[in-house]
Amino acid sequence: MSEFQRTIKYEADRVKGFGREVMAVPGCEQLESCIQCGTCSGVCPLTIYMDFSPRQVMALTRADFKNEVLRSHTIWLCASCYACTVECPREIRITDIMYELKQRAIHEGIYPKQFAIPVLAKEFYRMAAKHGRVTENVLATLMFLKTNWRAAIGKWKLGLGLFLRGRFPLRIESIKRKDELARMMEMVDNVDIDKLTDGPKGRSKALQPH
Amino acid sequence: MKYTYFPGCSLKGTGRAYEESLLAVFQAMGIELEELEDWNCCGATAYMAVDEVKACVMASRNLAIAEKAGHKELLAPCSACYLVLNKTKHYIKESPSVERVVNRALESAHLAYSGNVPVRHPLDVLVHDIGLAEIKKRVKHPLKGLKVAPYYGCQIVRPYATFDDQYNPVTMDRLLEALGCTLVNYPVKTRCCGGSLTGTLPEPGLFCAYVLLKEAIVCGAEVIATVCPLCQFNLDGYHDSIEKKWGSYRIPTVFFTQLMGLAFGIPANALGLQRGFVPMKPLPALAQGVAA
Repeated sequence: MSEFQRTIKYEADRVKGFGREVMAVPGCEQLESCIQCGTCSGVCPLTIYMDFSPRQVMALTRADFKNEVLRSHTIWLCASCYACTVECPREIRITDIMYELKQRAIHEGIYPKQFAIPVLAKEFYRMAAKHGRVTENVLATLMFLKTNWRAAIGKWKLGLGLFLRGRFPLRIESIKRKDELARMMEMVDNVDIDKLTDGPKGRSKALQPH
Repeated sequence: MKYTYFPGCSLKGTGRAYEESLLAVFQAMGIELEELEDWNCCGATAYMAVDEVKACVMASRNLAIAEKAGHKELLAPCSACYLVLNKTKHYIKESPSVERVVNRALESAHLAYSGNVPVRHPLDVLVHDIGLAEIKKRVKHPLKGLKVAPYYGCQIVRPYATFDDQYNPVTMDRLLEALGCTLVNYPVKTRCCGGSLTGTLPEPGLFCAYVLLKEAIVCGAEVIATVCPLCQFNLDGYHDSIEKKWGSYRIPTVFFTQLMGLAFGIPANALGLQRGFVPMKPLPALAQGVAA
């Protein structure tokens, strides 16, 4: 990274159509009516740690600044508490838009590399699909090994404390009919969502798993 | 009365004490819980971040199995499960394309979901179906003088406030008062605990937990009562790290069902109270203190 970074955005930085694409996703339509009041940034308990405030992320998304948004820390700092969603005077489902942006960042592989959160999300996804259930301590251990194994060693005390209190199961939890769940997931992968849809608002494209 | 019980992954792991106390309390109240047959993970917040449609399909398998079981209502004690199952119901209802994908996937597993499984939180069921009068009848040892901060967290009141106000929920306040507790005014009762950030990004995550602990102490609480396994974990498990950064704010965080169990005279060990990192003061001493 160079020492100096341009702080003003140019028209050329936009990825035209990105905002439209996001706003076509079910649940994200209301973004179009954002009045930039900043209520979301005010109620968010994590704004103080963000590079862009939630209000800025809304504006950047709508204005096609795809790279800025998908690389931002903000989408990964959202802990899904829905405070913004219930407070927004324009009824924008900000939490759901954050989810949509996270999905896109994971799909494009452009999330901040030092963040363990996308790794956790992916490992969680894998474990839940494979076993049907999530064994939290095993998941956390996997995540630390893949991101920062030194940090994992630093957690030994917490792990031991949990073990001594019977809160650290040594067996991986699993459902009985894993094949049933696998079949269901496979069905989602194979289904041509466009052909299934006669939805009222032509939302089908955006629903495709990216 | 009978409900289908959806434990979720946390209640079988780090939140075991929640399951232990919930089952004990429901048994004492004479309400039958039948664990959902071969339930799977709800998907939580993490699955939604990777693939929203698959997250809905995954959650819908539980709804379909519950519908087949036929006990009408599904009890979800974990806030994340409660939210995800309800969110899936909303998505299926709102979006024809999601509905079709879900139905196709369920079909492949010889399952079906018609949209008629209410997802309820135990707090809602206890206060609104059973009623405070019935709960009061079961109280053997009123928790007189115990100062409690009622902490609801986010996902049982937001975004789908089905049984209480999303800004100032009071269901747990009234329940704890019925047990004899003294409620402190806890203005951050619906503020975020940090969720899974405590494990992934310690500084921002733990800051959320620290604010809640400090505020409870400032408000004069001796114990925090919670309704969610992740909230309990975040407020109970990270005191060492929080102390290093911001100072010592050691206050026990327990499940509301554990307080109910204590008031009903169920032994502390049967309620999983020994599983907490910050132990609660033994109650008899506390009761004597009040009597003296």
